[in-house]
Amino acid sequence: MKKELIKSKSNFNNPLKKTPFYEKFSSQMTQGYWYDWSGYKAASIIQDQELEYFAIRSTTSLFDISPLIKYRIKGKDTEKFLNKLTVRNVILQKNNTVQYTLWCNDDGHVLDDGTLFKFSEFDYRLCCQERHLPWLLDTAIGFDIELFEETDLVAGLSIQGPTSASVLNNAGLSIINTLKPFDFVTIKKNILISRTGFTGDLGYEIFLPNQLANNFWDKIWEAGKYLGIKAIGFNALNIARVETGFIVANSDFITAEHAIRNNRTRNPDEIGLSWMVDMSKPFFNGKDAIVKIRKNNLSKYVFAALEIDGKEPADGAIIYHDKKHEVGIITTATWSPTAKKSIALASMKLPYGQKIKSNLWVEIYALRELEYYKMMKKVSIVKTPFVKLKRRTLTPPLKN
Amino acid sequence: MNSQHKNYDVIIIGAGHNGLVNACYLQKAGLNVLVLEKNDWIGGAAVSRELTPNILYSNCSYVCSLFRPEIMRDLELPKHGLQIIGIEGGTTFTQDGRYLANYRNYHSKRREMARFSVKDSEAYERYSRDVTRQCRFIQPLLMRTAPDPASFKSKDIGEIFYLIKQFNELSPDQMAETIRFWTMSISDYLDEYFENDVIKASLALSGIIGTALGPMSPGTAYVLLHHYMGEVDGSIGSWGYARGGMGAITQALSSSFKSFGGELITESEVENILIKNNQAKGVALKNGNEFYSSNIVSNADVKRTFLKLVDDKFLPPSFVKKVKNFKIRGSSGKVNIGLDSMPDFPAVPKGDPCIKGDIHFTDSIERMEKAYDDWKNGTWSKDPFLDMMIPTATDPTMAPPGKHFMSCFVQYCPPKVYGKDWTQEKKEAFGETVIKQIEDYSPGFREKIIHMEIRTPKELEDEVGLTEGNIFQGELTFDQLLFNRPVPGYAQYRSPLKGLYICGSSTHPGGGVMGAPGRNAAIEILKDLKKPTSHARSAYEVI
Repeated sequence: MKKELIKSKSNFNNPLKKTPFYEKFSSQMTQGYWYDWSGYKAASIIQDQELEYFAIRSTTSLFDISPLIKYRIKGKDTEKFLNKLTVRNVILQKNNTVQYTLWCNDDGHVLDDGTLFKFSEFDYRLCCQERHLPWLLDTAIGFDIELFEETDLVAGLSIQGPTSASVLNNAGLSIINTLKPFDFVTIKKNILISRTGFTGDLGYEIFLPNQLANNFWDKIWEAGKYLGIKAIGFNALNIARVETGFIVANSDFITAEHAIRNNRTRNPDEIGLSWMVDMSKPFFNGKDAIVKIRKNNLSKYVFAALEIDGKEPADGAIIYHDKKHEVGIITTATWSPTAKKSIALASMKLPYGQKIKSNLWVEIYALRELEYYKMMKKVSIVKTPFVKLKRRTLTPPLKN
Repeated sequence: MNSQHKNYDVIIIGAGHNGLVNACYLQKAGLNVLVLEKNDWIGGAAVSRELTPNILYSNCSYVCSLFRPEIMRDLELPKHGLQIIGIEGGTTFTQDGRYLANYRNYHSKRREMARFSVKDSEAYERYSRDVTRQCRFIQPLLMRTAPDPASFKSKDIGEIFYLIKQFNELSPDQMAETIRFWTMSISDYLDEYFENDVIKASLALSGIIGTALGPMSPGTAYVLLHHYMGEVDGSIGSWGYARGGMGAITQALSSSFKSFGGELITESEVENILIKNNQAKGVALKNGNEFYSSNIVSNADVKRTFLKLVDDKFLPPSFVKKVKNFKIRGSSGKVNIGLDSMPDFPAVPKGDPCIKGDIHFTDSIERMEKAYDDWKNGTWSKDPFLDMMIPTATDPTMAPPGKHFMSCFVQYCPPKVYGKDWTQEKKEAFGETVIKQIEDYSPGFREKIIHMEIRTPKELEDEVGLTEGNIFQGELTFDQLLFNRPVPGYAQYRSPLKGLYICGSSTHPGGGVMGAPGRNAAIEILKDLKKPTSHARSAYEVI
C-alpha cells in the first residue's frame, strides 16, 4: 500500500474538495446548486435541470464523475482477491471490459455496488460510491496484491446522449466506434474510454490523469459545438437513471456499513441483483449466508419497478395492498419526461411485489398552497428499463 | 371500377395526427381499422419533410406544446420513437435595436421585463396567476366530450353538472373574470396588467396565432390559453419540439397503429363518402377504388367533410347552413428556410440562448393591429408579425452540423389576394416581405439562405387539405368552442348521418397538435359500437 501524504493544512475551511473539472463546470453554473458527493463539490444543476435532462436524451451531456471512489488493485493474486470480494466471477471477465458488480459482508448484506475495470488479470480498477478501505484491506489479508485509492489521481467525465459518439468522433476519437457496451480502450496519455454510463442511453465515460482534464474538456466542448453539448448536474442524471431502473446506494438501499437499525440492510436478492451472484464460485464474502438465505427463503424484501397512474411523482410514498395494508415504500420516484409516465423504484415486503402483484396502490400527498391533495393511485409492477433505447447498445454507434 | 370487398370496422379519412390518434385507439380496442391518406406521405400538418437534401423541415406545425401526455402514454409513443425536447428561450426584437428575452428562469425573465418596465415585471406574476387559473378551468375539459346543453341524456346532464361544478369552484370575482376572459380582446386583457408596449406585444403574439382576428378583436384572449397551457402541465417536457421534427409525432403514431395491427394506405384520396339510407357505407377514391365500412371517420375539417366529401342532398339543410357559417378563414402563411449557418442577431449578446426559442420582430400591439388591417383589406401584411423558430439550434438531428432549418409562421396572409388567386409573383413578393423583415434585425441573413419554401393558405389547402389554410380547422373563438364546435347539436364527433364521424381540429377542443379531438372521438365511436374504452385513460387531474 502506498502511504498517503498527511497534509498539515486545516480541513475546517474546505470540507468539500474541488475536482479537476471543477473550474469548467463552475464557469457554466448560473445559480450555485452544489452538493456534497463523497466530500467533493458536485453540481446538482448547472443552469436548468429540464434542459440538462434533455441533453442526455437528445444531444450530449457532460457530467463530472471524478468524485467516484476509485481503488486500483494490482498484483499476482488480484483475481483471487476480487473473486473473494465480489459476487461475480472476475475470471470470466475479458480484458478491457467493465463489470457491474457488488460485494457483501459475511452476513450476505450488500456493502456497495460498483464497476470493475479489468486491464489484465493482474490489474483492475474498482469504482464505487462509498469508501471501503478497511473492508478491502481486511479481505486482502493473505493475498499478494497492492491496493490503493486513486480517486484524487484520476479525473472522470461522463459523456452521454445520442450525439455523444459523434462528439467523440469529431474530437478525433474514432477508436470508440468499435466499443460495445461495457468495453473500454486505453489510448495514449493514459486516457481510458469506456462505453458505460448511468443513463441507459448511448454514452461513454472517460478516465484520465488529472492534469489532462482541462485540455480534454476543451477538445470535447469544441467537438460538440454543433451537436448540442451541455454540462449537466446530478438532478438531470438522476431522472435518466431512474428511467433506466438503476439503483443508487443509500438511496434505494442502505449499505451494510451504514445501516444502524435492524432489518435495514439488504441482501443481493432483495435489491434486484440476484442475477449477479455466481454460486458456482467456491467461495466469496457472504456466500454461506446467501446459501442459507436462499435455502430457507429468508429474504424479506424485493426490489420493484413501478408505473403509477396520474402524473404526480410519488417520492417516499407508502405502497398499499387493497388500499389497506402497507406492503412497501417507494425509494425514488420521478416523472419520466421521455416515457411520459410517473415511475418509481421501490422496496416491497414479500410476498407482495413477487407473488402478489395486483391490487397495489400508493398514497400520494401532493402539497399545493399549504393544502395536501391526497390521492390513492393504482400501481403496476413492470420490468426495467422504463425507457428502452436501441441506440444504447448498437455497435457501431448511431451518429445522432 | 375496382372495389375492395374486404370489410373494415372503421375507415378513417386522412392520416393527420388526429386521424392517427383516432385510428390507434380504435384498433387497440380490437376493431379492424383502415386509414386512407391522399398524399404519398403521412402526417397532415405534423410532418418532417426533406425539402432540400439533408435538412428536415417541420413545414407546417412547428411546436408541440399541447400534445396530451395521456395519449403518449396510452399509445406508447415513446416506445415508437417519439421524444419531446424542451425549448429554451424566446425573444422579441424592437425597432429601436433592443430586445426583450424570455428565459425559463423566473428571475432572468423578470429582470428582462424590468429593463422595459419594473412595474410590468412585477405585474407579470399576477398576470401569470390569473392565466393559470383560466388554464386550470379549461384543461380538464380538453379530454372530455363537450355536453349537449339541449340534450336530456343522463350523460349530457352529468357533463353539464361537471361544468357547473368546475365553475362553482371559482369565487364570484373569478367567475366574472372567467366570462370576461373568454370574450375579451387580448389587447384589452393585457392593458389591465401591463403598461409597456414591447411586453404587451410579446405576450399578445400567442393570442392571435392562427386566428383571423386582430389583437383588438373580442375573443382573442382565449386563444392565448391555447398557447399557454403547454407550460402549466407541471411536468417537464410539455413545451417543446419533437425530436426529428413534427413528423416524429405522426411517424410514432403510425408505428403504434401498425403495431396494433392497423392498415394504412397512402396516395388514396377520397372523392366522396358513400351514403345509403342515411347511413355511411364506405368511401370512393379518386383513383376509382372503393372501400366499405359502416363507420367512416373524417380527419378533414368540417367544411371539407360535409361540403365536399358528402353530397349535400344527404344532409339536413340547417346543418349544411351551419357548416357553411363555421368560421375557418385563412389568416396565416409559412416561410420555411434552410440556412447555411446560424443567423446573427447583433442586438443580442453572443451565445445568448434566447434565440433558440420563438423569435418575434413585432414590438407593439398597434403594429399587430395594422398587420391585421392589411388582411382585412384583402392582402398580406406588409409589416407582418412572425413567430420564428430555429429548431435545429436545439435538435441537431434535423440538419447537418452548423446548418439550420428555420420555421417562420407569418401572420397575416389571406387565402386570396384582393379576391384573386395567388400567383407565383405574389407568392414571391409575400416571401420577400418576410425575408426583408428578418434582414432588418439580422444583417447578412439573405446570404445564408440555401433553400426556401413559401406557403400561403392556398398551398396549405392544396397540400394538407386545410380549408383556406386555417391551421386550427376553424377559429378558436368562444362562439366556436365546446358544444358549439363545430356545429351546435353535433359537437360530439357525430353527424346527421349514421356511422359518419369527424375527429379533426374542427371538433372540441380544437386545434394545435394536441391529439385530444382524435382521442375523444374514438371514445364516442367505441361507445356507439359497444366496445370497451378502458384503454383510453382519463385526463390527469389538475390539482
